Amino acid sequence: MDGSAVITDPKTASAALLPLGQRPRLLEMSAVDKIFNGDVVALRGMSLSVHQGDFISLLGPSGCGKSTALRLIAGLMRPTSGAIRWEGGQQKGDLGVVFQEPTLMPWATVAQNVWLPFRLRGRSFSSVRDDVLWALKLVGLEKFQTAYPRELSGGMKMRASIARALVTQPRLILMDEPFAALDEITRHRLNNDLLELRDKLNCTVIFVTHSVFESVFLSDRIVVMAARPGRVSRELTVDAPYPRGEVFRTSAAYAELCRAASDALHGAMNEHGERDRA
Amino acid sequence: MSVSEMSHVIDQEELAIARAERFERIGKWALPAIVLIAVLVLWDRVVVWNGIPHYILPGPGLVLQTLIEDWATLFDSLMVTLKITLMALGVAVVGGVGLAVLFTQSRFVEMSFYPFAVILQVTPVVSIAPLIFIYVDSKLTALLLCAWLVAFFPILSNTTLGLNSTDHNLRDLYRIYGATRWQRLRFLQLPAALPYFLGGLRIAGGLSLIGAVVAEYVAGTGGIGSGLAFRILEAGYRLNIPRMFAALLLIAATGVLIFAATSLLSHLLLRKWHESAIKKEG
Repeated sequence: MDGSAVITDPKTASAALLPLGQRPRLLEMSAVDKIFNGDVVALRGMSLSVHQGDFISLLGPSGCGKSTALRLIAGLMRPTSGAIRWEGGQQKGDLGVVFQEPTLMPWATVAQNVWLPFRLRGRSFSSVRDDVLWALKLVGLEKFQTAYPRELSGGMKMRASIARALVTQPRLILMDEPFAALDEITRHRLNNDLLELRDKLNCTVIFVTHSVFESVFLSDRIVVMAARPGRVSRELTVDAPYPRGEVFRTSAAYAELCRAASDALHGAMNEHGERDRA
Repeated sequence: MSVSEMSHVIDQEELAIARAERFERIGKWALPAIVLIAVLVLWDRVVVWNGIPHYILPGPGLVLQTLIEDWATLFDSLMVTLKITLMALGVAVVGGVGLAVLFTQSRFVEMSFYPFAVILQVTPVVSIAPLIFIYVDSKLTALLLCAWLVAFFPILSNTTLGLNSTDHNLRDLYRIYGATRWQRLRFLQLPAALPYFLGGLRIAGGLSLIGAVVAEYVAGTGGIGSGLAFRILEAGYRLNIPRMFAALLLIAATGVLIFAATSLLSHLLLRKWHESAIKKEG
């Protein structure tokens, strides 16, 4: 739909996820600087290749520019220098976004909220009802179509927000610490469910987090970032097969990967003799 | 202790809370009613015991009697005042919301005109009204203009605030999805502004009545000469004090009615989603 023939239709069985290194390129960020007020360097020389099917975590302390990077990719700001290029050009509907807050419209029902990306493209509700239902089913909210956001728990609101990001089957999904404000148990469950969705849809995700565990569990690439100025410190590959579940979470490999990521994060925080530790 | 026993235990604190809630429920209606009756009785007794003549202070009974006897005249006047009030409120809604939308769509327009909207608001209508009556030929239009001047500002300022109070993440989301200016206004800003607008409407409802009455006073007996304020002036000249009270009663009742109607409207429109209209659950 909408001419985005690049993605396989997830409603039918999707093509198997290609191994890292063989995936077609989706987006290229090259030597991007973002400077605020002339002297606050939010991001320096960030380069990142995003490939179809990548689950990339941007991991780092606050002030490392991970949210700035996300806003640049989302097109909410323009780089001071450098460039962000989409393979085949960027089109309306290429992006789905999930913020830290569920960011639902309180006056609209769950289904109406999920309809929004279509509505803004001039599509009537009846013409996309199937897509809305499909997205709600994916996140387990099909019984709450007519509920208002205030009637939902924090985790369910976040699910609705994820459904809205998925409904148009965008080429890239950006998630900005989506589970940071949730309790540990809900976050745990949503992490599992997110991976299940990813296995079903083979969607491409850039996920901002400050949790080492979350980044290791979810992603196949972890981009570790450092602060002052915000920049990429190093990149790790999480070499564990999907689907991942509780077995992976309790495995020795997971613990080892977490230690490696944690070391990388601390290394990043100590670069250039940083004074403060998070 | 078994579970079933536990479920029947209501402790002292719960009892106290239940008592307080019952008192709250009954007291909300009973207490003002008691005060009203007490004041009416006191008023009546003061008039009777002191033998105050009715052209100085009529008793409540006489006021009620006048209200019934003069109903035909007073009701016609009420309709005139009500018509001006509601028309002014209507124009205030259209003008206030229209200006607010214009202001949020164009920063240029807002910077140019907002200060003058404030100046209009802070200048007492009584001081502008005589000028309006000089320059505007139609008395009805002049009355309407006065009432509108008083009523439009709360709607303008509240709606402007509401239109600018959208969640910044939602604004970003609309930008990412490539929403047009019109879509943002229609789907995001207007619904977000609704609770603010309704708050402004409640204030403007009362103000448009005040504006209508004040304008009638200024227009005086040379005005269109049939509104409730005119009846009060006229009755005053004739020392018909009971009729003054009766007309006053009608004006107050109208004000209460407008407030109740706008509150009801607000409740109906917001009950599904807005915090102000949702009773605490659990």
